[in-house]
Amino acid sequence: MANYAWPSRDEAQVIGKKTSRLDGVAKSTGTAKYTYDVNLKGQLIAKALGCPHAHCRITKIDTSPALRVPGVVHVEVLRDAGSEIEWQGEILAVVAAETEGAAAEGVKAIRVEYEPLDVFVKDYDLEAAERAGRTSSGGGRVQTEREPGPNDDEDKFADAEIERLLKASKYVVEGFYGIDPITHCCLEPHGSTVEFKDGKLLAYLSTQNVSGTDDGFARDLNLTASDVEVRCDYIGGGFGSKFAPDYWGVAAARISQKTGRPVKFMLDRDLELKLAGNRPSAYLKVRVGADENGVIQVWDSHHWGTGGATGGAVSQNVVPYVLVPKNYRRRVTNIKTNAAPARAWRAPNHPQACAISQTVIDDLARVMGKDSYDVFLANLVNATNGKADVYREQMRIAAELMGWKEKYHLHGKGPRNGSIVEGLGMALHTWGGAANNSSCTLRIRPDGSVESWCGTQDLGTGTRTVCAMVLAETFGLSPADVRVNIGSSKYPVSGASGGSTTVGGVSESHRRAAQDALEKLFALVAPKLEAQAEQLEAVGGRIRVKGAPQRSISWKEACALLGDMPLEVTQSYRSGTPSPLSSSQVAGVQMAHVAVDLETGVVRMKKFVAVQDQGLVINPKTCASQIYGGVCMGIAGALFEQRIMDPETGAFVNCELSDYRLPRLGDVGEIIVHLYEPDSERQRGVVGNGEPPVISPIAAISNAICNATGVRVPVAPYTPQRVLEALQRRA
Amino acid sequence: MMHAHEDTSRRSGFSRREFLKGSGVAAAATALAQQSASVAQEQGVEVVRGKKRITVEVNGEPVSVEVETRTTLLEMLRYQLDLTGAKPVSTDGSCGASTVLVDGKPALAAALLAIACDGKKIQTVESLAKPELDPVPKAFVEHDAQQCGFCTPGFVMAVRAFLNQHPHATEEEIRNGLNGNICRCGTYANVFQAVLSLVKGGANG
Amino acid sequence: MKLFEYAAPRTEAEVLQVLSPEFGKTEILAGGTDLIGLMKKMIVTPDRVVNIMNVPTLQGIEPTDEGGVRIGAATTLDVVRTSPYMKPYSAVLQVIAGINSLQLQAQGTIGGELCRRPQCWFFRNGEGLFWSSRHGTGERDDRYHAIFDNEGPARFVSPSRIAPALIALGARLRVIGPRAEDEQWVPASAFFQKPKHEQQKETILRPDQLLTHIELPPVDGWLSATYEVRQSVGPDAPLAAAACAFRHSGGIVREARIVLGQVAPTPWYSHEAVAALVGMPVTVETAEIAGQAAVQRARPLNNNAYKVQLAKVAVKRAILLAAGMNPGGF
Repeated sequence: MANYAWPSRDEAQVIGKKTSRLDGVAKSTGTAKYTYDVNLKGQLIAKALGCPHAHCRITKIDTSPALRVPGVVHVEVLRDAGSEIEWQGEILAVVAAETEGAAAEGVKAIRVEYEPLDVFVKDYDLEAAERAGRTSSGGGRVQTEREPGPNDDEDKFADAEIERLLKASKYVVEGFYGIDPITHCCLEPHGSTVEFKDGKLLAYLSTQNVSGTDDGFARDLNLTASDVEVRCDYIGGGFGSKFAPDYWGVAAARISQKTGRPVKFMLDRDLELKLAGNRPSAYLKVRVGADENGVIQVWDSHHWGTGGATGGAVSQNVVPYVLVPKNYRRRVTNIKTNAAPARAWRAPNHPQACAISQTVIDDLARVMGKDSYDVFLANLVNATNGKADVYREQMRIAAELMGWKEKYHLHGKGPRNGSIVEGLGMALHTWGGAANNSSCTLRIRPDGSVESWCGTQDLGTGTRTVCAMVLAETFGLSPADVRVNIGSSKYPVSGASGGSTTVGGVSESHRRAAQDALEKLFALVAPKLEAQAEQLEAVGGRIRVKGAPQRSISWKEACALLGDMPLEVTQSYRSGTPSPLSSSQVAGVQMAHVAVDLETGVVRMKKFVAVQDQGLVINPKTCASQIYGGVCMGIAGALFEQRIMDPETGAFVNCELSDYRLPRLGDVGEIIVHLYEPDSERQRGVVGNGEPPVISPIAAISNAICNATGVRVPVAPYTPQRVLEALQRRA
Repeated sequence: MMHAHEDTSRRSGFSRREFLKGSGVAAAATALAQQSASVAQEQGVEVVRGKKRITVEVNGEPVSVEVETRTTLLEMLRYQLDLTGAKPVSTDGSCGASTVLVDGKPALAAALLAIACDGKKIQTVESLAKPELDPVPKAFVEHDAQQCGFCTPGFVMAVRAFLNQHPHATEEEIRNGLNGNICRCGTYANVFQAVLSLVKGGANG
Repeated sequence: MKLFEYAAPRTEAEVLQVLSPEFGKTEILAGGTDLIGLMKKMIVTPDRVVNIMNVPTLQGIEPTDEGGVRIGAATTLDVVRTSPYMKPYSAVLQVIAGINSLQLQAQGTIGGELCRRPQCWFFRNGEGLFWSSRHGTGERDDRYHAIFDNEGPARFVSPSRIAPALIALGARLRVIGPRAEDEQWVPASAFFQKPKHEQQKETILRPDQLLTHIELPPVDGWLSATYEVRQSVGPDAPLAAAACAFRHSGGIVREARIVLGQVAPTPWYSHEAVAALVGMPVTVETAEIAGQAAVQRARPLNNNAYKVQLAKVAVKRAILLAAGMNPGGF
């Protein structure tokens, strides 16, 4: 067993170097084949009938008119008469036809009769939810420095203690904060292209979980998982919503089974938005008390929100977020609405928790008449993740990149240029990002070629390139010299890509497999170079004796020593195993500079700074891209996107991209990314960074708007309407 | 009333459809489909029913394809020519993912009927790969202006069209000129840098 | 999409020959950036689609004898935007710049833009043009809907972004139909209507009529501008807009037209704003007063009171922009 480790910063030849993604040309010239792009011979195109009502019972469904539409081959009914439908868009039937047009016409021809039922979608309105009987407790927690006595009623003690602490506080802030639901809105919608042949299923599935979805198909189709192969070479966005085949994937397979033809079934845009993933809302009422330095001593909050028909609001565990005072009481109410169930959305719970609690810290600064930076700094004593020192350093760097000191003014006290005011805001975040399970099979052939197999997937995160870089680093080759195979359930198992766990997992498995293989190769080469195996190193396409580089043979010559048999190694990493190659827990600080038009409420991004720790960085280029992307998604959530449900009908009214507002290139301003990688962090090994950068932007932007205008716009997204309404409330 | 009556009676195509309407939508559709590839003259104007064979030039090659009247250019490219670079993302195409060049101008293939492109020159993103890699995709790779990559081909074509018109664009023109494409992963900062490098490097030809 | 018949006539007369007089039977296809999406969602289901992009007389921009310009209805927005003849008509150019997508500008046509269907999300999701509150609770999400002339049944906002500019500039539109006497030049202000039932559209065009040309009068000392309140720099619909054109002498506005967009089922000509501006010099104060006058009669719905403020600001800024002054904002 090799002594697994990363090379030092100075020794590293490949890792830590900006490397262009290996599939970049394929993606940018359109030859990369996504699930939507896989065209199988004789395939049918399937389209779905989504329920137009948010809550109803199906009383009758007649598909015969659809079957009469020319080109329609099959209609699969998913919800029979009698079914209760709890959200708009739920798929009632699927039509498979020769062309998209015929499928759409078939869908339109289906006749359904409905009995309408009561609708509730006002997740922001706690009282209305209570009146409608849609609430349930999501738990809570009280922690106080003083313990209740043995005869005290715990609730009464907590009440009294919280009131006492608030009264004793120099500063008290009371407020309401919120963040509306958004969708995942993957540009490649959910779906699959499947072929059922000879009792076996080949499923091209747009998935974040290549290794874990064969089972889902098999279970629902009465197959064994070994009869199923799931493939996904490229995926057009997932963000936490694509872990399963979903019932529509299974429906596609069933139609293929019944018709004997391949089937492509990708959701239309409106159904993608309605069904295929959304992020729970969160609304919070809070009181906090702080001491004369602005350190929060007591927090008392109640938040609520919806995860859709299944009801789950943002977890109470992350409220308040990161900076948790010694005394707190928090509780949460889940609200059940007529909306599709929420799915994991990039950094589940954290962006909402950050948006509803780090805005409170900024309001404390406003009330105190102090620089928000200083109040955040003071509250680092409450950091619960042991990262206070990292945050302090990151804040210093971010402030320098932002020009915070030069630009900062107290809330609402900045210069006014016509109707334009500007402001700064910050927030900070944390995330785990520990390595997932991952296995890699590696083959070195006698001709020197290197090939690997791993059942992971590249979400656009640069996973493929990371795998190649790790192998190349280990063998002293360049990334283009190795062939990386990912994206099939027939490859060695690798975990789902969620929670920033992929880069850790694949770098573990690939580094381990490669170091093991190299050790075997060194054993063959050592006698040739009259050295011990431990004395050898692989550098620059050669294997050589450390300290005596002239004693070397080329990589090819070395591999030729394998004779007829390729060298094959499989290595695995099991999640949670302590390892020098990877760890978990990161910290990040972000700062926003915005301009606000006081007459129109329009907010424009001027500049954004993101300072992010992720342990050791394998590929700074794609790592930075994750952060740029996280920031852009955060800007979207802060200023533009929102799932809008009609309060009366429960219809998801902005379910097309022409109404579902997203930022464009000109909307995001200047973004500066700083990869925070001092030796203290680098030596921790690899940690994922997909989630962390998307957490802070909403809070940072909210704080910047408040700093500019002197007014808190309580609920994200901070649209012109909401900014104007907040300004008017002040006036 | 008199005028209206005259108007309908002189249009033979409509009396036929009136009849079909009477027997139900499905029946009408069947009748229409059975008439596949029928082209009639109506007062000297060609009226296509069902399907038509069209000729287009795709990436420099003449192609003859039989399309339904309702086939979009995007469907034709993707399903009939297996050119899947242009992507289906938004219903009305307004997100820009289906961008191709039609007679040299940027166009949303999702919002164009294939039959309306009869006789036109179509350039898709695939053409930028050969004979040698075009500077635009090259800059996208160099500046990592792509993540999941699903919007990328449309963005690349939009940038190609933009640079054709504005080879010396300023920073402000770039920020203002590339707002017809939506990226969900958030590659905008990188796209901006990629385009800036082309404008500065003068390699945007 | 439903199967349909397709024709691509070569002349205006041929177009008329293949149009049906019956509502909903034929649709005129120009750029397709609006119609194709509506047809995919089967909101619009014509039996026949008539593509007018091959009619040469509908293309291009030329000066008129009177010193104005005539624009073919099927001229794409990028051609309009870059035409040297269009330079003096700032109000139009500013709107096209705001439809900020290379692709939409290259593919969309000026006639198509005037004939766009409402962006109203109830309409686009199949509820028809005249949505209502079934339970009478007034709880429909109408945040983007009308603040004027919204008693119903139409409450959507006129979707054309160019229309206010054309009306402010005093444009005329040429409409032709099956009979010779159908040919008429309609003032742009009279082209739009508030539909009263589902068999009507948002313009006066009958199903067998065609919009062929847009004619702008000579500039003749008129200054103009459009100001749109846009949440994003992208092509998304603005939240409110106003176009203003005026003529002044001796520093005093002698004649003016002020038209609001995105606030009513039709482009909204504001007599009040005009009355407030005429006879005054253009200053920040007078522009502000004209803006206030413009929204005097606004009656917001359930959730769109903020649009009153936006409409007011749009009017003020359009006036200042037309006068060559700093309009404020970004």
